[in-house]
Amino acid sequence: MDKIMDKIMSEAQRQGRLSFYMVSQGEEAIMIGSAAALGPKDIITCQYRETGVFLQRGFTLEDFMCQLAANKNDRGKSRNMPCHYSGRAKTGVHAVASTLGTQIPHATGAAYALKIADKESGTDSPRVAVAYFGDGAASEGDFHGALNLAATRDCPVIFICRNNGYDISTPTSEQYRGDGIASRGIGYGIETLRVDGTDIFAVYEATKEARRPALENGGRPILLEMMSYRMSHHSTSDDSFAYRNSKDLEPWTVRDNPIVKLGKWLKNKRLWDDEMEQETRAQIRKDILSTLKAAELEKKPRLSSIFEDVYGSLSQEQQVQREEMRRLMTEYPAEYDVDAHEGGISGL
Amino acid sequence: MWSNRFRPTCQLTSKPTLRRCYASQAPSARINRKVDFEKTPILLKTEKAARSAYGLGSEQGLEWQNLTQAVCSAMSHAMKKDDSVILFGEDVAFGGVFRCSKGLADEFGASRVFNSPLTEQGIAGFGIGCAAQGMKPIAEIQFADYVFPAFDQIVNEAAKFRYREGGTGQHCGGLVIRMPCGSVGHGALYHSQSPESLFTHVPGVRVVMPRSPSQAKGLLISSVLECNDPVIFMEPKTLYRAAEEFVPTEGFSLPLDKAEILKEGNDLTVISYGQPLYLCSEAIRTLEKEIKGLNIELIDLRAIYPWDRETIMKSVNKTGRAVIVHESMMNAGVGAEMAASIQEGAFLRLEAPVARVAGWDVHPGLIFEKYNIPDIVRIYDAMKRTLNY
Repeated sequence: MDKIMDKIMSEAQRQGRLSFYMVSQGEEAIMIGSAAALGPKDIITCQYRETGVFLQRGFTLEDFMCQLAANKNDRGKSRNMPCHYSGRAKTGVHAVASTLGTQIPHATGAAYALKIADKESGTDSPRVAVAYFGDGAASEGDFHGALNLAATRDCPVIFICRNNGYDISTPTSEQYRGDGIASRGIGYGIETLRVDGTDIFAVYEATKEARRPALENGGRPILLEMMSYRMSHHSTSDDSFAYRNSKDLEPWTVRDNPIVKLGKWLKNKRLWDDEMEQETRAQIRKDILSTLKAAELEKKPRLSSIFEDVYGSLSQEQQVQREEMRRLMTEYPAEYDVDAHEGGISGL
Repeated sequence: MWSNRFRPTCQLTSKPTLRRCYASQAPSARINRKVDFEKTPILLKTEKAARSAYGLGSEQGLEWQNLTQAVCSAMSHAMKKDDSVILFGEDVAFGGVFRCSKGLADEFGASRVFNSPLTEQGIAGFGIGCAAQGMKPIAEIQFADYVFPAFDQIVNEAAKFRYREGGTGQHCGGLVIRMPCGSVGHGALYHSQSPESLFTHVPGVRVVMPRSPSQAKGLLISSVLECNDPVIFMEPKTLYRAAEEFVPTEGFSLPLDKAEILKEGNDLTVISYGQPLYLCSEAIRTLEKEIKGLNIELIDLRAIYPWDRETIMKSVNKTGRAVIVHESMMNAGVGAEMAASIQEGAFLRLEAPVARVAGWDVHPGLIFEKYNIPDIVRIYDAMKRTLNY
């Protein structure tokens, strides 16, 4: 579903229906496999290429499309760029930010808080926190702070690095000289595993096997480095053939492709066949298109959302500015398309 | 958005039924119309205008460039002139995400133009170290929104380097940190920020923002080759492709401590910098059409800090009224300092309070971006109220 959605939404961007999109082709196994192995109440922070994690944790097509179409039903109140989903209540995932690496220490802190809370409640389903990030983000200072704090404070956190070979145009050969990200775990005293990110079962087993020790003996961090390849451009604002050869994609198209690999395995077990594939693809495509269309027809969020949620409640200044905005929109009604927003001017 | 070379291989079956409204103007807008960058008086659209602006003879070359190309041209010139000029940052080797460094790695080699790993604090610190050895490093931060990990290096190191060295005379003045800034209409929370005022509250670094390709070329060459202080060079990203004009082919420099009067007038002073200048220009044109004989003075601050108090005070003493416009939020923005200084220096001359038109005290949420930036209506309205006070 993820792959089909990626293709459709990229095309929607080219048609001007979205301003932006990010494809996660090649990393589907990492996202679905790992998310499937986590606990239902685990807390997750991620980068921006983890659509599959949201999907696995309960995001519906409608949730995705409302965010992508920036309408009033988006839980993120249409404040963030496309693909920067907000869905914590449903999925346990923090709202996505474009800043890189900043999410990693958040998972460390969240894990510490979960540890305290679960100890106090005496629950028999303790939770972990998980941070997803790419090979590039692991060069940020926040990565260092996060792992060091996690190790020294025994936090039940799983660090999952999606090493997909690129940080926009920068290949890993220019990103680091050590042995990937895995070698850094040892430096912090953190148990580390490197995983074939194109094998969904390996990813699932590794994550399950990481979660267990993360919760033992008062908790400790685990680092998983999942190897894959960024099949897509960095985003719809990028043309990766400006810095790589299209030939480079070949091994990852079939031999090392997570979806192709899983498909073959299922077909061998007679759990899947070409006819089922055709039918499923057609149905998914139809569902995506109709959900997108419906999402696009909805109103945008209420105008009051401009000022809300900066603080817990509006500051004095914001109240004055809101009235100023109301004055301008009332005095110059032709200049503002307020009716596109739910409630129009009265929604301010 | 910035790169459109990828063509879709198949079409969606349904036609778009709703335009992406957050990036477009209201259909009935008369004042809040999109800036026509082909016709704006701010850009030098004829060779004659360019030669006149820069005092060039007919034999001196001009090139038609956008902001991206002018920045590239400035860096190329600087690197040719001085071997100690180097450029580094994320993705600069292949040309950069905005193509500002296109061709430079090929021209000057990998030891002078290279990708750094993904670490702004590392990039800034590395730059300071190079500059302390007398080099002229240009450090690129991919978006101004991502400069914050480098804040410690800028504020506690670059800004204080010369001061704490004291009598040794050592400094890191060769450093220039460049970054794209400002709203594009769909950059949302993390691709729209304009953090210039944060750097004006720290002494020791210069903050510069060009309004056009030719200005960018002159100011950047000055910043890299001539300036003895670290410079934060902020490039309004919405102008990268949109702003096109004639730019002198040869290298040239512009002063880093002078504002520029773009349009003279007697009735009101409008001060701005970067992208909002174009909106100011449109608002002024609309209001001057409505009120016969009205003549508004428009000033490009361009040197954000230290700023050109003399030019501003002279103008306000002439007109008696001032409106300051900037994209970043109202509270403690650059406009706040200017307004305070103007009332201090020209209190008895003022006919009206100094007005500021700025972003609201909110983050730049995607769907609300066009309501957040100081648009033509807000500038027009503020000018009108200031005139009628």
